[in-house]
Amino acid sequence: MKISIKRHTIEPEVHEEVIEYSVELEDVTLLQALTEIKTKHDATLSFESDCRSSVCGSCAMRVNGKEVLACAHKVQEGDVIEPLKNMPIIRDLVVDNSQAMAFNKSSHAWASDVTNPQQPTHDNALFNALQSDCILCGSCYSACPVYSVNPEFKGPFALTRVWRYVSDVREEDAQDKIEVIQNNGIWDCTLCNECVPVCPQGIAPKQDITMLRNKSGMMGFMDPAFSNNFGGGGFDNNFGSFDGSPDFGAPQF
Amino acid sequence: MIKLYQNTDKSETLKMIDVLIIGAGGAGLVSAIHAKQAGASVQVICQKTPTRSQTSMAQGGINAALNHHNDDDSVEAHISDTLKSSHGIGSLEAIEKLCTEGIDAIKWLDEIGVPFSRDENAKIAQRRLGGASGIRACYAQDYSGLKILHTLYDYANKLGIEFIDEHFLLNFITHQDENSKQIAGATFINLKNGDAEAYYAKTVIVATGGYSRVYHKHSTNATGSTGDGIAAAIRAGAHLSDMEFVQFHPTGLKNSSILISESARGAGGYLVNSKGERFTNELLPRDELSRAILTEIEKGEDIYLDIRHLGEAFINEELPQERKLAKLYENIDPVTDLIPIKPVAHYTMGGIRVDKHSQTSIKNLFAVGECANRSVHGGNRLGGNSLLELIVFGKEAGINAANTAKNLKKFAVNNHQLTSDSNFVTGVKYFTNQIDFYEKREFMGNIFYNNAGIVKDDMGLKAVLGAVRQMQKELPFMGPRDKSKIYNTNLVEFIEFGNMVELAEIILVCAISRVESRGSHYRSDAPREVDHAFKAHTITWKEDGVLCADFVGDKA
Repeated sequence: MKISIKRHTIEPEVHEEVIEYSVELEDVTLLQALTEIKTKHDATLSFESDCRSSVCGSCAMRVNGKEVLACAHKVQEGDVIEPLKNMPIIRDLVVDNSQAMAFNKSSHAWASDVTNPQQPTHDNALFNALQSDCILCGSCYSACPVYSVNPEFKGPFALTRVWRYVSDVREEDAQDKIEVIQNNGIWDCTLCNECVPVCPQGIAPKQDITMLRNKSGMMGFMDPAFSNNFGGGGFDNNFGSFDGSPDFGAPQF
Repeated sequence: MIKLYQNTDKSETLKMIDVLIIGAGGAGLVSAIHAKQAGASVQVICQKTPTRSQTSMAQGGINAALNHHNDDDSVEAHISDTLKSSHGIGSLEAIEKLCTEGIDAIKWLDEIGVPFSRDENAKIAQRRLGGASGIRACYAQDYSGLKILHTLYDYANKLGIEFIDEHFLLNFITHQDENSKQIAGATFINLKNGDAEAYYAKTVIVATGGYSRVYHKHSTNATGSTGDGIAAAIRAGAHLSDMEFVQFHPTGLKNSSILISESARGAGGYLVNSKGERFTNELLPRDELSRAILTEIEKGEDIYLDIRHLGEAFINEELPQERKLAKLYENIDPVTDLIPIKPVAHYTMGGIRVDKHSQTSIKNLFAVGECANRSVHGGNRLGGNSLLELIVFGKEAGINAANTAKNLKKFAVNNHQLTSDSNFVTGVKYFTNQIDFYEKREFMGNIFYNNAGIVKDDMGLKAVLGAVRQMQKELPFMGPRDKSKIYNTNLVEFIEFGNMVELAEIILVCAISRVESRGSHYRSDAPREVDHAFKAHTITWKEDGVLCADFVGDKA
């Protein structure tokens, strides 16, 4: 089987090259194929992996343009392997995800302090069980067109994580979380759905962002595009969503 | 000597923090949270990024005698089960603390937002795991470890804990004054630029995980479970204990060694042979069950886990990962097919010896989690006790390290370790590469699995020891083939292999010395427990690079 891997090295100078490898394996995961290449043919090939069972989030990359976990993708003849997009490449298939990870913190994705919290019911626990399946692999940031043009956009997994805590019945005061995701957060998402099919855990960040918008509305926050258009003054003010950037998130009338 | 001390870079001492935590899995995160809350300055340094850890793979659950099933479960029963499973070499003090504080541990996890599964009465759902007299393991579907780990990470973010990513541990830095040796930090390769770097601290907590990858592909573990912290500890002068005790999980997928959680059997799954016959009690402790399976395999049978009768709805709600992984790696669907399995290395009970404050034999160096041996598992760990260990003893280590650091002034440290490790990182690229270490790594895994695994004997162990000592000699003829500085995973894997070869010798020497069978350590040439000689811990350490071993009993 032949597969192509986009190599990216920065020493001695930046160099990119697509290299084709032959692998004598059938019916294996991409991670098994990469490991075979590294241990038998080319020790310089760099990628990350750890658990082999789709829970550690290390081995996200792109195959034929689509984000996958290498350990969960059955490699096919002719597959083209590339690193995730929208993150600096450290080497080959290894990217620096630190900026995306930092959005967890800046989005206050954690539980507020409570003692003796209300106990969730069986149904409560099932309601947001999916959101906490997230493994922070970064596939959703790679697929996100908003993040590709706005590196300050808090992005899919961080916002899903906020919804996981906001929707938890143990959470007594979600005010600070809702506040910090107003700017470069839920309203910047275009609900384009690109993050949904790439999630290896079947999570729909777009859906979670929609839920956070509803929650924000209930708590008195408004879509800034909406308030600019209808409550923010005249033409001398910001031009709202008419500034050239698409904003399909504004309420439709 | 005086002249060397004049070389000391004083600016390094200014950067000395209170508590340096190595590893950002469950144990490292819990330690960091408690050290920070106790008022210490804290840095967590990890090989990849937080949450990329073995803890994410724990599926079954976390034990606490909450008695949510009203089955008369109690802390006393939990203690009794754990003691029994430890086969005489668990510490009563440690086990009592583990089980008693387990109740509050779950309460704490609930308060910080762990999304446990819930029963019909809005209580945390519990299920039965092997060796437990009660229905005791709290769980979050089959993502118990993942969800606990990620919630801990979120809580650490809330506290503003500083994380340093992409740093691979090389060695500990110790400081020797006229009286004693104490910890002063550790050296790492910064993977992003390939340089050796030193981090100085008043106290260090090592939380780097176990060493099951000595068995290479015959292990359920993540590829990073290579015992790096344990190997660094013994090089720095720490004592290890009970390194021969390695738990085999009865149900790894046959081809990939991927774990099928014990909860599959707890829920009523059967083990059957090629004829479709059940041949054992599926709820036996893991060591007995693994041996029962091995006996059957040696008769020429293939062994399968059968969960078809549990039904698709149940499998989807309680065992979704298992279904996905069986489809991916074995091309079978557990709803309609038998799952081919074999026992594989799963958890290492041995580790860095710690006292009842989680402190190692090196002053101010603490250890917690699978890399430590706090004597709660003894000869065999019960399912659901390792996640609990992280929470209970992570707290102990974090608070003790923080309090120790508070009473300690910053001190000057010479930079010998950094100089030596910088030289190593440069020099290792000149190793000759006549021998392929990846081949040796696989070979070592195979001979360990066959001769130093589920069933051992003197001849087999000594044969493996001969091979391992040969590999130690050959290390300079191996080496990384990749000579680059930036993100050199080939180099990291070579150093990991070196660490495993170092630990392999220790595991074998301990296993050869313990001429009896106890818990997970089963010798076909000595199949009984021999209390008068061996109801004791196997302690190992190094003196001038020479491995020493002794048996030491627990103090009353």
